[in-house]
Amino acid sequence: MGAQLRVYKRRIRSVTATKKITKAMEMIAASRVVKAQRKVAASTPYATELTRAVTAVGTGSNTKHPLTTQAETVTRSAVLLLTSDRGLAGAFNSNAIKAAEQLTERLEREGKEVDVYIVGRRGVAHYNFRERKIAESWTGFTDEPTYADAKKVAAPLIEAIETATAEGGVDELHIVYTEFVSMMTQQALDARMLPLSIEEIAEERPKGEILPLYDFEPSAEDVLDALLPRYVESRIYNALLQSAASKHAATRRAMKSATDNAGELINTLSRLANAARQAEITQEISEIVGGSSALADATAGSDR
Amino acid sequence: MAAELHVALVAADREVWSGQATLVVARTTSGDIGVMPGHQPLLGVLESGPVTIRTSDGGTVIAAVHGGFISFADDKLSLLAEIAELSDEIDVQRAERALERAKSDDDASAERRAEVRLRAATTR
Repeated sequence: MGAQLRVYKRRIRSVTATKKITKAMEMIAASRVVKAQRKVAASTPYATELTRAVTAVGTGSNTKHPLTTQAETVTRSAVLLLTSDRGLAGAFNSNAIKAAEQLTERLEREGKEVDVYIVGRRGVAHYNFRERKIAESWTGFTDEPTYADAKKVAAPLIEAIETATAEGGVDELHIVYTEFVSMMTQQALDARMLPLSIEEIAEERPKGEILPLYDFEPSAEDVLDALLPRYVESRIYNALLQSAASKHAATRRAMKSATDNAGELINTLSRLANAARQAEITQEISEIVGGSSALADATAGSDR
Repeated sequence: MAAELHVALVAADREVWSGQATLVVARTTSGDIGVMPGHQPLLGVLESGPVTIRTSDGGTVIAAVHGGFISFADDKLSLLAEIAELSDEIDVQRAERALERAKSDDDASAERRAEVRLRAATTR
C-alpha cells in the first residue's frame, strides 16, 4: 500500500470513530431535551398560579412594598447570568454571555454599578479569564436543575435586594437566560425580575379577565413579603429549566451538524483514497509495461 | 347537586393533586381555615401542616404541605407549596427516621417537616 493511500485510510478510520461519538452525543442530547421539556411543563402550573397571586396582590391592594416599587435613583443592579457547565453546544454559551455583556454595558451607560452573579462553569471561566469580578457563582447542576438549586441561587439575590443600597445592596435584579422557543430555536434574552412592574405581568394575562377582590390572610404586606421571594425562586427555577432544555437542544444541533460533517468528510476521503489507489495501480501497470518493453528492447538489441 | 370547588395542589416541580372538592381545610399563619364553595376570594400564607381535602365523591385527601400559599377565587382553589406530598406517598418509617435524626441534630425546621409528614400519614 502506498504512503498516500495509507494516510487516507488512517484519516477515514479516525473520522469514523469521531462520527460514532458525535452521533451518540446527539442522541443523548435529544433524549435529554425531551426530559428537560417535560420538567419545564411540570413547573408551569406553579409558576402561573404564583404569577396570578402576585398580580392579585399587586393590583388588588395599595400596598407599597420595596420589591414592587421602583427606587428613585438606581445605583446598583444585579445581573444573574445562566450558562452551562459543559460546552459542545454551539453558540449557546457565547450567546448568553454576549447578551449579558450588552445588558451590563447598557446599565453602566445609565450610570449604574453592576454586580454579576453567574450559574454554570462556562460563564465563570469566561469572566475569570478576563479577570472580571463575579459577585457569586454556582456550578454543577445546570444539566438537571432542581428547585433546591433555584432556592440556593435565589437566596443571596433576595438578600442583596433587601439590603439598603448604601450597605452594598442592589436596587434592581436582571436575569439573562436562554429561552427555549422550540427544538430549533433558542434565544438568549434578558429580563428585569425586580422590582416587578405590575403592568408588565398584567399584560401577560388574557384581556377582559377581572381580578377578584381578595381577602388577605393575615395582611397584604405579609402575603407580599412571603410571596415575592417565592416568585423570584420560581422565576429562577423556570429560567434554569429553560436554559437546560436550550443547552441540550443546542448540543443536539451542534452534534448533528458534526455528524453530518463527519459523514461528508468520510465521503470525500474515500473518493480521494479510491483515486490514490487507482493512481497506484496505474503507475504499477505502466511500470510493468515500461519495464517489460525496456527488457524486450534490450534482448532485441543483444540478438542483433 | 351540592356546590363544588375545583382544587389544584401544586408543588414547585409538579402538580400533586387536582380535582373537585366540597371542603378544604388548611393551616394559615393566622390559624386553620376551612374553605367551602362560595367563599369570598382569599389569598393567604400557609404554615407547614397537613391539608385536608374532602372530595366531592365522599373521599378524603390529606397532604403534607411545607410552606406556601392558598388562593381562592371563583370557586377555584389553588394550594401552592414548595414541597407537597400526598399522605399515601409518605413513607412512615422514613419520616420517623428523619424525625429522630432531626431531633438528635437539633434541626428545628427538619423536625417540623418530619412531624407534619408523620401527622399527615397517620391521619389518613
